[in-house]
Amino acid sequence: MKTNINRRNFLRSLTFGATAVGASLLGIIPVLKGWVRKMRPPGALVEDEFLASCIKCGQCVQVCPVEAIKLSDLTDGFGVGTPYIEARDQACDFSCDGLQCVLACPTGALTHDINYAHESEMAIAVVVNPDHCLAGQGKGFKGLARGADFSGKLRYAEIDRWNPIPLNEHPYDVESCDLCVTACPIEIRYDLCEAGTPPSGEERQCPPVRAIQMTEVEGSNGTAFLPEILAGCVGCGVCEMICPVDPPIIVMENYPGSGRTF
Amino acid sequence: MNSLKQSLGLLFGFNPSKPEKSEISEAAAKIHEAHGVRRSKEEMTRIHEARHAQSKNKYWLKRRWTVLALVNLFFVASAALQINALEGALTGSRFVGFHLADLNSSLQVMLAFKQVLINLLIGTVTVAIMWWLLGGRTFCSWVCPYHLLAEWAEMLHLKLKAKGLAMDIQFKRLTRTWLWLIFALLAFISSYTVFETISPTGILSRALIYGPGLAMVWVALILLFEIFFSRRAWCRYACPIGLTYGLVGATSPLTVQYHLEDCFHDGACRQVCLVPHVLEVTKRNRATEAHLNIGADCTRCGRCVEVCPNDSLTYEFKGLGQKK
Repeated sequence: MKTNINRRNFLRSLTFGATAVGASLLGIIPVLKGWVRKMRPPGALVEDEFLASCIKCGQCVQVCPVEAIKLSDLTDGFGVGTPYIEARDQACDFSCDGLQCVLACPTGALTHDINYAHESEMAIAVVVNPDHCLAGQGKGFKGLARGADFSGKLRYAEIDRWNPIPLNEHPYDVESCDLCVTACPIEIRYDLCEAGTPPSGEERQCPPVRAIQMTEVEGSNGTAFLPEILAGCVGCGVCEMICPVDPPIIVMENYPGSGRTF
Repeated sequence: MNSLKQSLGLLFGFNPSKPEKSEISEAAAKIHEAHGVRRSKEEMTRIHEARHAQSKNKYWLKRRWTVLALVNLFFVASAALQINALEGALTGSRFVGFHLADLNSSLQVMLAFKQVLINLLIGTVTVAIMWWLLGGRTFCSWVCPYHLLAEWAEMLHLKLKAKGLAMDIQFKRLTRTWLWLIFALLAFISSYTVFETISPTGILSRALIYGPGLAMVWVALILLFEIFFSRRAWCRYACPIGLTYGLVGATSPLTVQYHLEDCFHDGACRQVCLVPHVLEVTKRNRATEAHLNIGADCTRCGRCVEVCPNDSLTYEFKGLGQKK
């Protein structure tokens, strides 16, 4: 009788424990299926190492001045609580200048080996929708890049060096649309350096190569332009965010760990 | 030293044993003999009622819930008001720039990542020292947000059980030790922080600070299981965080101390306790010494301290002078 009760208690406990372990192991499904693949904050290690090292505390979320970083939900399994960036909604524009998320990361999941914007590798921008590009059709752009209801922010150093402003407070008026190039944080830094005024007066802030440019192409009615992604692109997503066309001409792809080697 | 061994045994999930006569000290034996006369149920009820009339009722509970709420709200307020005083969540944070890391989360990361960054090490050591001083599992009852929800679920569970609408399945407490080992091993082998996926502590802390998500469904499921099927199941039988902090607190100076002389052996303390096995010493003829520290699995929640009608259980900080 007593052994019976004991055995039942043992089996019950085994079931209880197995359920807890089983539930946790379900977390591998989204990882193996690749549902977890997301654009990570600057300095993120390759995906597997990133998932191993992230302590899921969200300190990177709290320090980001443009609130670009969000935390994953349980649908990401083992990736629950890990940070990601939805570039179209709010890209990383490096307006913190010092890679605050990297500095905040307690575990090195965002590697402390990088110090400057141009050293990060979040993704690579890809021109996916060239036929609809305004510049490609010889068009300019006038108005709010993403409409009045868009909540994203960018830092415009010439307006306020220290505070990013909402995109919907900053109308554009250009003869040939080049918002993706003029808003690019790497391009902005590159130009500042060429003008002999590097950000914060620091030479080390200078990107070695350009990230994006408008390239002349043969349009149906004369000369037109299309964005061309260059070697200096770090995949911050600002071009994807600011593109007035929907869906955007440029999107972020090739996140670290999704088949890309460094 | 023997008591540390027993304390760890209880923490790992072994059952308390009755002491041999020879193990009971002379002083304790004398008190046990004097305690031979049993008080009637009516008399005990009178004693408890008289005690409650002194308004010491739920004194520690109120303090503890206040502290628990304030700690968690500090995280929330710091994030919401962007005052950067306490950044992060319970898994890892910075208090005015100083790193803090939850010991179990940190362990999971170290085992999975197999590298330890200095910041994480600083945070882990700081937190280990802090909770060693404060009693180890004190984290559970004074800080963990899941503990608070589980306490509310427990109240509901007890009400439903009294009406026959809920049952209390008990599991082997060794389950928690096995789960601790399995989750440590899984982190090491798979290189994923597997336990974090289902940790209600991490999920709740992040939900409070960054907003809730689907992960709250998992927390709700555990709570429902506790309400209808098994009292405090997660904290008692599953949570590896509790075991980690229990180990840290095994030699902690802050303990609940048992004073045999004052004990009526009526068991009121065991009824309110999350981990009643640590209070088995309050049964008749169990205590081997006149004054005993309650074991490492104790969360220092103070429920027994406030419910005891004769101050037989008190908070003590070793080295700060004994009450008796």
